[in-house]
Amino acid sequence: MRYFRQCFVLILAMFFASSAYAELVIKVTEGNDQPTVIALSPFNLNGIKISENISDIVAADLRRSGLFRLTPQRDMLAFPSQPSDVYFRDWRLLGAEYLVVGSMSVMPDRRYELEFSLLSINSQRIQFTHKVRSPASEMRDLAHAVSDKIYQAITGIRGAFSTRLAYVSVIREGDDFTYRLQVADADGARESLMLESKQPIMSPTWAPNGEALAYVSFETGRPAIFRQNLLTAERQQLTSFKGLNGAPSWSPDGTKLAIVLSKDGNPEIYTLDLNTNKLVRLTRHFAIDTEPTWMPDGKHILFTSDRGGSPQIYKLKLSDKSVTRVTFEGNYNARPNIAPDGRTVAMVHRSSDVFHIAALDLKTGRLLELTETTLDESPSLAPNGAMLMYATKYDNKGILAAVSIDAGVKYNLPAKRGDVREPAWSPYLR
Amino acid sequence: MKTRINLYASLLSIAILTGCSSAPVYDNDTTEIDNTAVKTAQVESVDVEVVPVISDLATVFYFDFDKALLNAESRAALLEHAAILKENSRSVRLEGHADERGTREYNIALGERRATAAKEFLVLQGVAGDRIEVISFGEERAAAFGSDDEAWRLNRRVELK
Repeated sequence: MRYFRQCFVLILAMFFASSAYAELVIKVTEGNDQPTVIALSPFNLNGIKISENISDIVAADLRRSGLFRLTPQRDMLAFPSQPSDVYFRDWRLLGAEYLVVGSMSVMPDRRYELEFSLLSINSQRIQFTHKVRSPASEMRDLAHAVSDKIYQAITGIRGAFSTRLAYVSVIREGDDFTYRLQVADADGARESLMLESKQPIMSPTWAPNGEALAYVSFETGRPAIFRQNLLTAERQQLTSFKGLNGAPSWSPDGTKLAIVLSKDGNPEIYTLDLNTNKLVRLTRHFAIDTEPTWMPDGKHILFTSDRGGSPQIYKLKLSDKSVTRVTFEGNYNARPNIAPDGRTVAMVHRSSDVFHIAALDLKTGRLLELTETTLDESPSLAPNGAMLMYATKYDNKGILAAVSIDAGVKYNLPAKRGDVREPAWSPYLR
Repeated sequence: MKTRINLYASLLSIAILTGCSSAPVYDNDTTEIDNTAVKTAQVESVDVEVVPVISDLATVFYFDFDKALLNAESRAALLEHAAILKENSRSVRLEGHADERGTREYNIALGERRATAAKEFLVLQGVAGDRIEVISFGEERAAAFGSDDEAWRLNRRVELK
């Protein structure tokens, strides 16, 4: 194991304190043992008053990825804001491998522009200079765009800091439950309410364009699948069949949902065409068939079935509806979630009676247990496949947690109040 | 493309090292961010009205983990329910539940399988199937809270209402 367990336990709550809705608080519990050292020279704001501390948001993003260590500001000899002001030797002495400098300006249309550069200290080179523009109200988006750019330049992997999470929160007061469908930034900030109900809300899933969610709501007294637009809150009830209406999953082209209906007697997987409302039944088995998820090729669906006696993951080929078994290790493998490369499947895996999140490499057949907590469920991969978010229990409370796909980096996002569960990581939003 | 940018970058850093001032090298795109606030939907949820079953009989039936087999105790109670139901015309609802272990959508399917097992038993005893509604809440409506064997046992259930 290349990684040894390093406990940072960094409470980054202070970075989000300015956001009125922030309900989730990030705690980094484990990071890479050989992080890249990066220095963020505080951005020169040129006297512009902005509502967020951009440098702090970028620092928190990079730290949360587990791949970086930030040079403390108090050690810096100067705060350069453009490459020509940088004395590389000073930064090399601090042990920094990279340096970020930048400055803010106001554009004629009153939007803000941050021009920033990434410098490699060892090679004394400017890696890039980039401009991000945004309205004054979207300073957090601007900061995450900066983080994305830096992360990609150094790791070669597209950053996923400008993404969102959808999840369900539940607050219980005696016998009274309040279910909320929430959307927040990937760092837990700017939580917004999409839907509130006294009846269960389940299984949120993102449209591939990031503009809508599908989910299950019991608001009619029975489960039904809904679609809701994030920007307009416009919503439609898509199904109201007898029995189960559940587990929606959007096709990669956005035209169909894979869903589970039990109208014909027991749970089967169907596709629902969102333009024509045409239903196509895909499975035909007396067992439980559920939790469909599309492969990125749009031609296969992974799903959970107990047709072999215990829940296992199967692959269905849409062209001929043929089914092949995918998982063989252990007696409970369920809720597949596939990485965008189509190769790694995250799932709920039971080993010695405990439910963990595991990742299966479809090419090598290697299964890696990623989590050490118990009652782990609902894995959802980031669009860059580097991290996944899942739900677990801590102190008898439902919390969200994240783990990198190699299990080396971990952090928790507990809610300040109530239980949170069923995280769904958005696709790229720009 | 990338090599060209790097080449420019190295030329630029040479310029910096040699003390010349130079305009920054931009990559080919600028990130533009639009306003993307999320709106809240308004919804009123309804509880389906259920007339309580007036009976001293057990109305909750328990199951083993990942199983939907009715035990002897449940079958005995359901036999008596069937007898009463055949004497009147009221409809009943069977709510299936699961414990928190395992995945939510699988558990809602499991809850339905349990409630359906109870329904099939009543139908075999002569109760008309269209008088029995089956609904599953999976692990969404726990009867007991906590993560231990006793709470899990109490949550793996079908409730007759």
